[in-house]
Amino acid sequence: MAESSGVMAYAEASKDKLTTTTRELLGIGRNLANELGEPLCAVLAGDGVSSLADEAISLGADRVYVIDDPLLKEYLSDSFTPVMERLAAEVSPRIILLGQTDAGRDLAPRLAFRLKTAATLDCVDLTIDAASKRLQATRPVYGGNALATFTTETDPQIVTIRVKAFSAATADASRKGEVIKAEAGLEPAAVRTKVLDRIVEEVEGLKLEDAAVVVSGGRGIGGAEGFKQLEELAHLLKGALGASRPPCDNGWVSELLQIGITGKIIAPDLYLAVALSGSSQHLSGCSGSKNIVAINKDPEANIFQAATYGVVGDWKKVVPALTEKIRELTSG
Amino acid sequence: MNMIVCIKQVMDPETPPASFKIDPQTNKVIPPPGIAPVPDPYSEYALEAALRLKAENSGKITAISLGNDLLRDVVKKSLAMGADELILLEDEAFAGGDSCSTAIALAAAIKKIGEYDIVFCGRQAADWGASQVGSGIAELLGLPCLTLAQKVEATDGKAKVEVVTDDGYEVVETTLPAVITVSNELGEVRYPNIKGILKAKKKEPIIWKPADIGLEASEVGAAGRCTKLVKLFQPVREGEAEIISGDTPEEAAVNLALKLREIKLI
Ligand SMILES: Cc1cc2nc3c(=O)[nH]c(=O)nc-3n(C[C@H](O)[C@H](O)[C@H](O)COP(=O)(O)OP(=O)(O)OC[C@H]3O[C@@H](n4cnc5c(N)ncnc54)[C@H](O)[C@@H]3O)c2cc1C
Repeated sequence: MAESSGVMAYAEASKDKLTTTTRELLGIGRNLANELGEPLCAVLAGDGVSSLADEAISLGADRVYVIDDPLLKEYLSDSFTPVMERLAAEVSPRIILLGQTDAGRDLAPRLAFRLKTAATLDCVDLTIDAASKRLQATRPVYGGNALATFTTETDPQIVTIRVKAFSAATADASRKGEVIKAEAGLEPAAVRTKVLDRIVEEVEGLKLEDAAVVVSGGRGIGGAEGFKQLEELAHLLKGALGASRPPCDNGWVSELLQIGITGKIIAPDLYLAVALSGSSQHLSGCSGSKNIVAINKDPEANIFQAATYGVVGDWKKVVPALTEKIRELTSG
Repeated sequence: MNMIVCIKQVMDPETPPASFKIDPQTNKVIPPPGIAPVPDPYSEYALEAALRLKAENSGKITAISLGNDLLRDVVKKSLAMGADELILLEDEAFAGGDSCSTAIALAAAIKKIGEYDIVFCGRQAADWGASQVGSGIAELLGLPCLTLAQKVEATDGKAKVEVVTDDGYEVVETTLPAVITVSNELGEVRYPNIKGILKAKKKEPIIWKPADIGLEASEVGAAGRCTKLVKLFQPVREGEAEIISGDTPEEAAVNLALKLREIKLI
């Protein structure tokens, strides 16, 4: 392998556009590349992805490797690992960045073991150590109770970034870059897995990850009925409904509404946390929120450590009055 | 159906945040006094998935735990829940590893066990949560790997697995043998029953040292790490919330609404 150089970002698309996470990847990727004084390249691997190369360039990539192959229509580790292995061997990047997404979290470790290097997943901070020029990757550990910074001595240094933890690159259509077509070189026999079905669960209203306001309930809500009231408030604030784990485990709300280390990672402007205690596992998914407002009957609840504002009281009394007042303030 | 389940011993993840302390000198977590370690909850989902398959297809479940100073009460819970065999990779040399050195040791042990259809791991561990050991074992043994399973069915050398995605799930088929990592969406994990607890009491684990699985002490644990921990620290919280009060909860709610309006959040 030639001496490693440059940063490679694994781009993902949805509905013919690069995803928000990909824009975040290109944002931090550009910063790291500048600091190293080396190029940033993007990889577009999929079926019918060629048209997105220009968008990747406008977002900061100096070079885009396009691997367009019908065999890459859907993500499978068995097909994407050898494709990325081949490209990494050809390009010898110093760093490979992926999103902590369905594909990225599966691909990164696979690729790291394949390339005899190491991966660090779900990073919230990435810096280049001035002396060694090595990547320092920081991620939450112990259910969000602590943060740990790791380095590795082998290249490529592979990391996934936590969604919403880095600022997205802004597009500049005047940027120039090079588009390089690469072969997948995939042996169909090497793919031992097959997607039989894909079930998308429709969640009503605004998507949790995109909402500027999230109203979230915990175990103290007590049942599905209570969540109806929170949903009404969320609706009024043009926001989305969320939950801690117990309401999801108990079937009061969909599992897709779970916020936390094993659920969604969100960073809204306003996070209204109702009758949830603020466990480290939960806070790990919402501590990026600009403002956390807590309603809890227990003044000692840990959520008040993370919140900017709080009301101590029974949500059954607080939420209806709050909803009514907000309706009054926001109407007309 | 022969199944292997990798189960880690971890600090209790339900330890109250106030009891969580770090020693900045050693970059280590100080074990909270009076709070005993537990089997990693994600590993228990992996065991539960294996137990459900066993109930349907019969077969044998071998649990493996790796570490140093493994508490018998903790690691034997797998036997009490219904695993048939327990292997401990227990040695000072196994301590302080990362996903890389852990996967190398587990893969070597699995190779030694020899016969298996499915290797189950948790999606991540509740302590370091690196989320890579399952994928690593698969790479080292040349097996397919499905991550974040919420349901597993297996017949005729194949498994049909529901894997959790961001907006629902996918049904994926894989050839066997394979590695499957299991997520909490699998649903409730069983409690050991009396019969299981008694069985576990009588059964002694098999203990393997690095040499028993064909590895040098320098290839496992802290010595075999691929990543270096530079720093372990606690996030700074910005202090306590401003409590909005009122004579009644309803009045506090009104004051909160006014405050949110004042700072233009609504
Ligand atoms: C490995 C692992 C992963 C986990 N992942 C996640 C995750 O991703 N997301 C997550 O959320 N959790 C997760 N958990 C669970 C987590 O540890 C906590 O158990 C959970 O977050 C607690 O949820 P809660 O705050 O709703 O419930 P509780 O901790 O029971 O808190 C309920 C709160 O409601 C308050 N309350 C009760 N009644 C009222 C009332 N009438 N009015 C006002 N307040 C009231 C109480 O004062 C209390 O503070 C995980 C746990 C483990 C072990």
